[in-house]
Amino acid sequence: MVQIKMHLLVCGGTGCRASESARLVEQLNHHLQLNGLAEEVKVVTTGCFGFCEKGPIVKVIPDNTFYTQVTPEDAEEIVKEHVLKGRKVGRLLYEDPETLEHVSDSKHMEFYQKQVRIALRNCGFIDPENIDEYIVRDGYAALGQVLASDPKETIELIKKSGLRGRGGAGFPTGLKWEIAAGNKADQKYVVCNADEGDPGAFMDRSILEGDPNSIIEAMAICGYCIGATKGLVYIRAEYPLAIRRLEIAIRQAREYGLLGKDILGSGFDFDIELRLGAGAFVCGEETALIHSMEGFRGEPTIKPPFPAQSGYLGKPTNVNNVETFANIPPIILKGWEWFNSIGSEKSKGTKVFALAGKINNVGLIEVPMGTTLREVIFEIGGGIKDGKRFKAVQTGGPSGGCLTEKHLDTPIDYEHLTAAGSMMGSGGMIVMDEDDCMVSVAKFYLEFTVEESCGKCSPCRVGNKRMHETLEKICQGKGTMEDLEYLENLGKVIKDTALCGLGQTSPNPVLSTMNYFRDEYIAHVVDKKCPSGQCKALKSYVIDPAKCIGCTLCSRSCPTNAIIGDKKVPHVIDQSKCIKCGACYEKCKFGAIQIR
Amino acid sequence: MKIELKDSQLRQIKDICDSFNNDPGELITILHRTQSVFGYLPEEVQRAVAHNLGIPVTRVYGVVSFYSFFTMTPKGKYPISLCLGTACYVRGAEDVLDEFKKQLGIEVGGVTPDGKFSLDCLRCVGACGLAPVVMVGEKVYGRLSPSMVKEVLAEYE
Repeated sequence: MVQIKMHLLVCGGTGCRASESARLVEQLNHHLQLNGLAEEVKVVTTGCFGFCEKGPIVKVIPDNTFYTQVTPEDAEEIVKEHVLKGRKVGRLLYEDPETLEHVSDSKHMEFYQKQVRIALRNCGFIDPENIDEYIVRDGYAALGQVLASDPKETIELIKKSGLRGRGGAGFPTGLKWEIAAGNKADQKYVVCNADEGDPGAFMDRSILEGDPNSIIEAMAICGYCIGATKGLVYIRAEYPLAIRRLEIAIRQAREYGLLGKDILGSGFDFDIELRLGAGAFVCGEETALIHSMEGFRGEPTIKPPFPAQSGYLGKPTNVNNVETFANIPPIILKGWEWFNSIGSEKSKGTKVFALAGKINNVGLIEVPMGTTLREVIFEIGGGIKDGKRFKAVQTGGPSGGCLTEKHLDTPIDYEHLTAAGSMMGSGGMIVMDEDDCMVSVAKFYLEFTVEESCGKCSPCRVGNKRMHETLEKICQGKGTMEDLEYLENLGKVIKDTALCGLGQTSPNPVLSTMNYFRDEYIAHVVDKKCPSGQCKALKSYVIDPAKCIGCTLCSRSCPTNAIIGDKKVPHVIDQSKCIKCGACYEKCKFGAIQIR
Repeated sequence: MKIELKDSQLRQIKDICDSFNNDPGELITILHRTQSVFGYLPEEVQRAVAHNLGIPVTRVYGVVSFYSFFTMTPKGKYPISLCLGTACYVRGAEDVLDEFKKQLGIEVGGVTPDGKFSLDCLRCVGACGLAPVVMVGEKVYGRLSPSMVKEVLAEYE
C-alpha cells in the first residue's frame, strides 16, 4: 500500500466554489498526475475553513501551510514548488495585515487563535462526502455509546452540559428532549431546522456542507432519547450544495447500518428524510416550519400546544437547530463537565458566527460564549475595512439590534446581548462603519420583515408596513419629531401583540438604532441631513468654484440639464432640477463636485 | 395570459404527482419538481396539480403565492439574481442593482422584451466574503461595483 505523505485540503464551501475552487482541485490533481505524485499526495475537497474573505483556501497537511486566494492557475506552482521541492509559495501565503509578514502556519493566524471549534470541529478538515473520514475522527462513536445506555442518562447529561438552542431563543436543549420524551405517542419525530433565513448568515449551511454526518448522528441520538424513529431535515432549497452533501451522507450512513433498522444491533430503528423549504423566513419559527413540512403555507400557530406535545402530523416533535445538533456528539464523548466549563455563567459552550459586512476577515468563526465583541471584531475579524471607523455591529439579523462602540466590551452570550437591546439570534454578525446610515439600515431590515411577514396577525402585517412607511418618509427628508414618537410607540405595540417570534422581534432593529443613534434620526428629521451621506434625497451636489475649470464634462453628462455655465467658467448646479443621480460626481476629474 | 397545456405536459404533471402517491402533504416538493420542469407555475399547471392531488386550487395557489421560491411568471433565459442580504447591502448592493435596472431597462421582477434576462433579488447566497454578489443562472459574480455590470452582461451577448 502506498503511504499518503501529504494532503492538500481545498475549501469546497459555497463561497470558495464561487471563486472556482472546483476547477482548482481539478488542476491540482492534473499537475500531481503530471509529476507522478498522484499516489502519495491526496487532494481533499473539504467544507468551509471559515476564512471566506481570502478564499479559495488551500491548506497543506502536515505542515499547516495556509494559502489564500488561490486560483486554478496557481496549481502548477504549488505542485512544482511546494509538493515537489518543499519550498512554500511565498506570494500565496496569508499576509498579516498589521505586520505585513507572511504567516505560513495557520496556527499563528490571529483569526484562528481565539477560536474554539466544537460545532465546526470537522469543517475544513474532512471530505464531507466520505463517511469514513468522519468515522476516523470519532464519528458515530457517541451514537454507539448512547445506544448501549439508558436514554434517560443521555438526556440528563445534555441537561447538565448546559447546552441551549442555537437557533436564537436559547431554550435548554436537554429540557426540550425531556419534554418530548415524556409525551406518550405511537410515533414521534425529530426535526432538524436548517431553514437558515437570516440575510447574511451562513453558519448552518457551512456545517451541513462541511460535516453533514455530525447532524445525522445527533438526530439519531435524539431519536433514541425521545423515542422517535423518524427524522426530518427541513432545509432551504436555496442551499443546493448542502442538500446534495446531506443526501450523500444519509445514503452512506444507511449503507453502513448507521441509519435504518436495528442500528448497530441495538434494536433501535431510525431514518432521516429531507423536506425542502421554498423561501419563507417565517418558516424558521418551529410551528410555521411544521406546517410547511405538512405541505401548507408556513404560518405560525399559537403555542401551546408546543411541538413537543403536538407537532408534525399532530405527533410529539422535537425541533432543534443545526448548530445545536452539531454540539451533541462531542458533549457525549467528552462529558458534560467539559462542555460546561466552556463559556459564561448561563451560556455554556461556544457559538458560531457568520462575520460579515465592513470587516477585514469576513468568515465563519466559533468562539467560547463570553468572548467580547471587541475580540471578535478587532482581533479575529481583523478590524474595519479600509481603515474606516467602527460604527455599529448588528447581531441577531432582522430580529436583533445594533450595538455601538460602548458595547464593544460586552461579553457575547444570551443574557448580555439581550440586556444590551439586541439578541443572540442564529449567529449573523454584520459590522458597519462610519459610512453606514443607521436609519437606512433599520429601514433595510424592516423592508425584509414586511416582505417576509406571513400576514396572519395584523400587528406584524400592518404595523411593520406603517413603520416602514414612516422610515421611508424620514429618509426622504419629510419626517417630523412626531414620527419618531410614533415609531417608538408602534414598535412597542408590535412587540407586545404579534403572534410569533418574527413579529415580536421585528421592531428591534428600529428601536435599538433609535435608542443608540437618536442624533442620526434627529439629523434626518430636523436638519434634513443624512450624516453619512447615504440617503439620496437628503444629499445635495454642489460645485466648488475654486476647483471647477469649466471643462463642461459634468454638464454634458447631466441627464436633466441641471448644470449651467459657459466653457472655462465655473459651473453651477440648479438644485431644483437635480435628481441626485451622481453622474456629474463620477465624471468630474478635478474633484470639484462635492456631496453635502 | 392563458396557456394551453399539451397532453404530454399534463401527463408529466400526473407522473410527478403519482411519484409522491398524490399525497397533499408532499405539495411543496411536488411544486419544486414541477417548477423545475416548466420553469414556472402558471395557473393551468396549478390547476392540474390540484386535480391530481384532489385538493382545491386555492390551496395550491396559497402555497405558490406564499413562498418566494415559486414563481407564476416565466424567467429570462439568463435569470439574474442579485443578493440583497445584509452583508451585500452594506457593501453597496443597492447601487449595483440600480445599474442592472438601468442597463436592462427593467424593474425587479421584470423580464427584458427579448426574454433574455430577468432580474430578481434574493436574500443571501452565503458568499458574504465576496459581497456584493450577483448570480446569473448558476454562475456567481463577486466583489461587484456598478461599473462592472456592463462587463457581466456582455458575457451573455
